[in-house]
Amino acid sequence: MTVEIRVQSVKPLRQTFGHIARRFGDKPATRYQEGTYDLQSTVNHHYKPLWDPEHDIYDQRRTAIVMADWYALKDPRQYYYGSWTIARSKQQEAADRQMEFAEKRDLLRQLPGELQAALQRAILPLRHYEWGANTNLCFVSAYGYGTALTQAASMATMDRLGMAQHVSRIGLLLDGNSGASLAEVKRLWLDDPAWQGLRRQMEAIFVGRDPIETFVAQALVADALVYDLCLRRFEPLWTASQGAGVATLLDFPLRWQEETNRWVDSVVKTMAAESEANRQTLQGWVDGARARWSAALAPLAAAVLGDAAGAAALAEADAALGARLTKLGLKASASNLNQGAAA
Amino acid sequence: MSAADATATQATQAPRAPVFIALQANNDTIPIIEAIQADNPAAEVLEFPGMVKINAPGLLVIRRASIEERVGRDFDLREMQLNLISLAGELDETEDEFTLEWKSA
Repeated sequence: MTVEIRVQSVKPLRQTFGHIARRFGDKPATRYQEGTYDLQSTVNHHYKPLWDPEHDIYDQRRTAIVMADWYALKDPRQYYYGSWTIARSKQQEAADRQMEFAEKRDLLRQLPGELQAALQRAILPLRHYEWGANTNLCFVSAYGYGTALTQAASMATMDRLGMAQHVSRIGLLLDGNSGASLAEVKRLWLDDPAWQGLRRQMEAIFVGRDPIETFVAQALVADALVYDLCLRRFEPLWTASQGAGVATLLDFPLRWQEETNRWVDSVVKTMAAESEANRQTLQGWVDGARARWSAALAPLAAAVLGDAAGAAALAEADAALGARLTKLGLKASASNLNQGAAA
Repeated sequence: MSAADATATQATQAPRAPVFIALQANNDTIPIIEAIQADNPAAEVLEFPGMVKINAPGLLVIRRASIEERVGRDFDLREMQLNLISLAGELDETEDEFTLEWKSA
C-alpha cells in the first residue's frame, strides 16, 4: 500500500489590508506598516471640536509645515507598540542593573560632600525638565497629523516620564531613599537663578500653538543642548577625581537620546526636504529656539563649571547641534550667544 | 564509492550547483528576505505556506548592513537562526555576512 502525502496550499486572497496594499503593493506587510499607515481618520469626523471651531479634530492646518503626505514622516526605528515596549523593557533591565550596582556599593554617598551637592544641583532638576518634555510631546501627539508622527510622539512622552524616574532614582540614591533631595530639587527648579532660564524657556514652549514648532523646539533643539551640556559636559566634574561611578548612571539617558535622535532627525530632514517653504519655517524655528535655549543655559553652565569652562562647554554643545543641523538640510549658523561669546 | 564519485563529477560539471536557505514566513523574516533579494539578484524566492525558500545558483550572501537598513535597528545575524528552517551549501559566517556557497565544487 502506498500512502501519498500531498500538500494542500491555500493561497490567501489578499496579503494585507487594502489601505496598506494601495501604498506598498499586495505583499506581506510588516507590523510597523500595518500599525502605522493611514490609521488616523481623515474624513467624516463626526464632531467638530467645540473648543477649537476653526479646525477639525485632526487638522493639517494646525501647523505651518505643509506635507503632501504626512506618512512620509516614518520612524526609522519602526516602533509600534509591541516593538517599542520590548525594546524599552530590555533597556530598563540594563538600567536597573546599573542602579543596583550603584546602590550596593553606595557609590553616590561615598562622593565628597561638595560633589554630592553638585550632582543634586546640576543633574537632579532635570526631572522637572523631563516632565516638561513629556507635556510638550503630548501636545505633538495630540495635535500633530498622521499616525506616523503622533504614535512615535506618544511613545516619546512615556520615554520622558521614564527618564524623569531615572533622574529621580539618582536622587534617591543620594539621599538614602528619604526623598529629601527631590524636595530640595523642586525648590532649585523654582528658585535657583541658574535654572530659571531653562524653566522659562520650557514654559514658553508650553504655550506654543504649532505642534511641529513644539516638536522642533523640544525634541531637536532643547534636548540636544540640555542633554549634551548636563549629561555629557558636566560629567568630568565627578569622573575626573572619583572614577566612573556617576557616569554609569548618566549613560542610560545619553544612549536613549542617541536612539531617539534617529527618529527626530529623520522627521525634521523629511519635512525640510519636502519644500523650500518648510525648510525656511524650520530654520526660523530652530534658529530662534537655539538662541533662546543657549542663552537660558548659560547661567547654569557657569554655575556648575565656572564662567570660562561653562561658556566653553555650552559652545561645544551648541557646535554639536550645529553640525547635526547641516545633516538635516538646515543651516548651522552659530547662534547669537556664540557670536556674543566670540566677540 | 561509485556513487560518491558520481556526485563529485556532477558537482564539477555544474560549478554553480544551487544553494538554498529556507526561512519561516513571518514578520521577522520579511526584512531578511527583502535584503537577500536586493543583494542577490540571481536568487529565486519561492513562497510556500508558512515558509519562504530562496534558491540561488552557487552563491548566496546575506548582509547584516542590508538587513539593518530595513529593520531600523542593530541586527545580529544569529537572530536569523530563530526563523531558519533549513539550508544547503557550505556556510561561511562572519559578523557582517552569512555566505552559502559550494566551495569544493
